[in-house]
Amino acid sequence: MITLEHAYVATGLMFAAFSILSLRDPLNPTRFRSALFWGLIAVSMLFGSWLGGLGNGLLVIALVIIGAAGRLGVGRPATTTPEQRQAGADRWRNALFVPALMVPLVAVGGTLAAKHTAAGAWLISPVQTTLVALGLGCLIALAAAMAWFRPPVMAPAQEGRRLMDSIGWAALLPQMLASLGAVFLAADVGQVVGDLVTRVLPMSSAFLAVAAYCLGMALFTVVMGNAFAAFPVMTAAIGLPIVVHRFGGDPAIVCAIGMLAGFCGTLMTPMAANFNVVPANLLELPDRNAPLNGVIRAQMPTALVMLAANILLMNALAFRF
Amino acid sequence: MLVLLGIAVVVAGFVARINPLVVILVAAVVTGVLAAVGPGVDARALTAAAIDTIRRFGEAFNDNRYFHITWLVLPVIGLLERAGLQERARDLVMQVRAATAGRLMLVYLVVRQATAALGLTSLGGHPQMVRPLIAPMAEGAAETEHGALPDRARFRIRSMAAATDNVGLFFGEDIFIAIGSIVLIVGFLEQAGVRVEALHVSLWAIPTAIVAFLVHGARLMLFDRAVRRDMAKIEAEELGR
Repeated sequence: MITLEHAYVATGLMFAAFSILSLRDPLNPTRFRSALFWGLIAVSMLFGSWLGGLGNGLLVIALVIIGAAGRLGVGRPATTTPEQRQAGADRWRNALFVPALMVPLVAVGGTLAAKHTAAGAWLISPVQTTLVALGLGCLIALAAAMAWFRPPVMAPAQEGRRLMDSIGWAALLPQMLASLGAVFLAADVGQVVGDLVTRVLPMSSAFLAVAAYCLGMALFTVVMGNAFAAFPVMTAAIGLPIVVHRFGGDPAIVCAIGMLAGFCGTLMTPMAANFNVVPANLLELPDRNAPLNGVIRAQMPTALVMLAANILLMNALAFRF
Repeated sequence: MLVLLGIAVVVAGFVARINPLVVILVAAVVTGVLAAVGPGVDARALTAAAIDTIRRFGEAFNDNRYFHITWLVLPVIGLLERAGLQERARDLVMQVRAATAGRLMLVYLVVRQATAALGLTSLGGHPQMVRPLIAPMAEGAAETEHGALPDRARFRIRSMAAATDNVGLFFGEDIFIAIGSIVLIVGFLEQAGVRVEALHVSLWAIPTAIVAFLVHGARLMLFDRAVRRDMAKIEAEELGR
């Protein structure tokens, strides 16, 4: 049976390859730091379960220091030229989309098969099935792309490293925020915020609780510029204890729509620099340095309507399914 | 109440633009230590609380390794890019012969949202698509319709092109199971003792995605009218002068 552990091993080997290739890339300005960063993630993926809590904590501290010590450089592995790529686009046309589509197809198909067929249940573990099936989908798509386009053997690791380098330390952000959420849960931060909010706003009905959660997600995201950072706090404060536990909302629906309410906040804040400020600069807007530049003003009506829509959708769906 | 300082650290850190990894780790330690503060607690107990927090953070970090499985898709995407994926996407957009700026951006909204829902978030984006392609094509369509554009109309079109990319991405990507926010939700709930399947979470992003398409799509349908109004206003000002 394929389990989460197998997926972790595959991922760990990939990061180990990124680490070794970074170390041997003289064109990467921070080759040693990059190699160490990806190498430590490989260690976490391959051996994390044997390190214990404190060992993993020290690993995190090391990753944070390496990641925060300055920008991680972007390696420059040998790749195709723009002309070769255009030739490839003309030659293979829409076939180029096929391996990319195989990934979600295998992930969704594998999840459904594991839930509903004996063969699927035998093949794929019932714990975190979707992610295990996703890993499987990536490997199958990779094999298909290798057979189809016949690139050099090391091309997947090299091209993957190019993309990974451009993501950089941000690759750790969701995992770090989820861990911060665990510390907040242990310290009852959510309950304290929840008590504060409940004192100001009476959560007398499910609708009020839903509205408070969605508005809280959006406002907190405006302040932080990142819905990922708002999510653990607001969900521990209102989403889980009040909307889910007190009023019986479905946790998957509440969290999915709560996150999208946070995205409405992202559309309205200059704190979300890469989405709202970078394009204003790229497009040379005259008001690009204003807090509410042209991009944010163009997004504002959609964001406000969508925030209201999310409140209504959560209220309509979360208590029904 | 003291534990709220942990949130204050997060907010202050993000506002001060300190590297978020540092901000998060410091906020965790501050929260864990302050949760232990009480009458009769000495420095040694607080140090123990700090170490305990790092241990708890490490455990949670290990439990949340799921997220990195999603990076297995990068070698596939990289290989396809190497073979010309982005060029092919560009060619497809170029083939669209939409007569007006609003309609062209509507087509882009469809493409952006649909590809993001399939996990192809890197096919769009401001540096890759909006600046080199979508904004100039939308401006070109408006110029064909109205002649030379005044600045007000030009910047309105550019802003809307960037906004359309963001809206399509934000309300499309959550349908894909392997995107960061979905994995964060699954990991957070697991820490809280609630087990949900990633596929289940991503399915419930679909209703919002449909509404977002209708709302922003309607705005784009009305967008050409706004550009026409800008043009009329400029003409009226010139007549008045």
